[in-house]
Amino acid sequence: MARTTRKPATRKKTITVRTKKAPRRVVVLVATRKGAWLFHGDPARKSWRCDGPHFLGHIINHVVLDPRDGRTLLAAAKTGHLGPTVFRSTNQGRTWKEATKPPAFTKAMTGPGRAVDHTFWLTPCHANEPKAWYAGTSPQGLFRSEDGGDTWAAFSYINDDAQYRAWMGSAQDGTPDGPKLHSIMVDPRDPKHLYFAMSGGGVHESIDGGRTFTTLVKGMEVVNGFDAANIAFHDPHCVRLCPSNPDRLYQQNHCGIYRLDRPSNEWQRIGKSMPKRVGDIGFPMVVHPRDANTVWVFPMDGQTVWPRTSPEGKPAAYVTRNAGKSWQRLDTGLPNSQAWWTVKRQAMTADHYDPVGLYLGTTAGEVWMSRDEGKQWRCIARHLPEIYSVEVAELG
Amino acid sequence: MQVLIPSALQSYTKSNTVEASGATLTELLANLDRQYPGLRFRIVDEQDQMRPHMRFFVNGVQVFDLTQGLQPTDCVYLVQALSGG
Repeated sequence: MARTTRKPATRKKTITVRTKKAPRRVVVLVATRKGAWLFHGDPARKSWRCDGPHFLGHIINHVVLDPRDGRTLLAAAKTGHLGPTVFRSTNQGRTWKEATKPPAFTKAMTGPGRAVDHTFWLTPCHANEPKAWYAGTSPQGLFRSEDGGDTWAAFSYINDDAQYRAWMGSAQDGTPDGPKLHSIMVDPRDPKHLYFAMSGGGVHESIDGGRTFTTLVKGMEVVNGFDAANIAFHDPHCVRLCPSNPDRLYQQNHCGIYRLDRPSNEWQRIGKSMPKRVGDIGFPMVVHPRDANTVWVFPMDGQTVWPRTSPEGKPAAYVTRNAGKSWQRLDTGLPNSQAWWTVKRQAMTADHYDPVGLYLGTTAGEVWMSRDEGKQWRCIARHLPEIYSVEVAELG
Repeated sequence: MQVLIPSALQSYTKSNTVEASGATLTELLANLDRQYPGLRFRIVDEQDQMRPHMRFFVNGVQVFDLTQGLQPTDCVYLVQALSGG
């Protein structure tokens, strides 16, 4: 299928930014290599009640609450031996039911074909599309459900498109636990305006509900010696759209931190202003719910053999309050030495409180949170399995 | 015929042994999936390939071909080859 080459229309900003009243309570959804846990906070976000494990022994890549109904949870699951599936709860996790038809590729007419190893990413669709969800898989595939996650079908043409398949590469080209389709984002002003990213395989945009996609990699760097014109060499780690200004996106990439202000199609590297000894490599990217100039990252050691640890064993978040011109270190309360964990791409998030609460899960099985936008951190759970994702939901 | 179910799949069957029918392993799996929806996809992928770590034994002999014929008196073992940490 042909891909459009026209530039996306500039959309008039119609988002009303307002400070929400503090919600009644927050639940932190933690997905790990060995199951899922829910941590229910009190209204002050000071004490936490542990609910779990759910699906003990299952590899859970993502647990997401549907903000449109406030009660439907989806969990992307598999085990070391069984194939992938999706579990659904319609009562905030009290009971779960398996999806009737989990994401799966089309059966190949010739050749070996692809099989979903695991569903990696879950995104509720637009507010005007109740019960619709998107899923990204490993190996890279894009899927959609129209019935609250019970049945899934391939979305758009990309899963079987020759050009996209070339950009996706094979498992040989992917991250250590498989190449991912991730960062599926829906413009809150327009359900047909979508973004997704692939590791590897670049960032992609559709303005026609997935009928066509265009690449969005201009300005993004690739590893030295490789050709930036080849989409396959682009490795976005996490891309986020600002809810307060959907024309602004931020990206944590294998090769730095970037910002994109539409209608421009050119990413600006904003990580160069990070301290040199820390660098601007990492996985998570967290946007402020009301201030598009404020984002947080969690750098990791991406030197030499890519240790994927905190630089020098000293974990810290970094925040910019001016869209990337400068960054400040936020490590008060975090271990100040010999802490060799890091934070995966889905394992750091923010709530909507004022001040914003930040939450992160570590590869060493700890959950840390900050009630003051990162000024002070405290550990709210430890001794969990390796944490794959952390989401926060607000329950009424 | 009798089918032995590994522990990882007993959340579907609630039993370690079930009765199912089919003239081939493919048909047997379809029959099992009708009885226990979702079970087949956990052991065979969308390309009809046995997932890694899943193994089939018919009357004690390992079988890799899902088109293999079966008799009503056969005993089928589904086995998961445990691995990993």
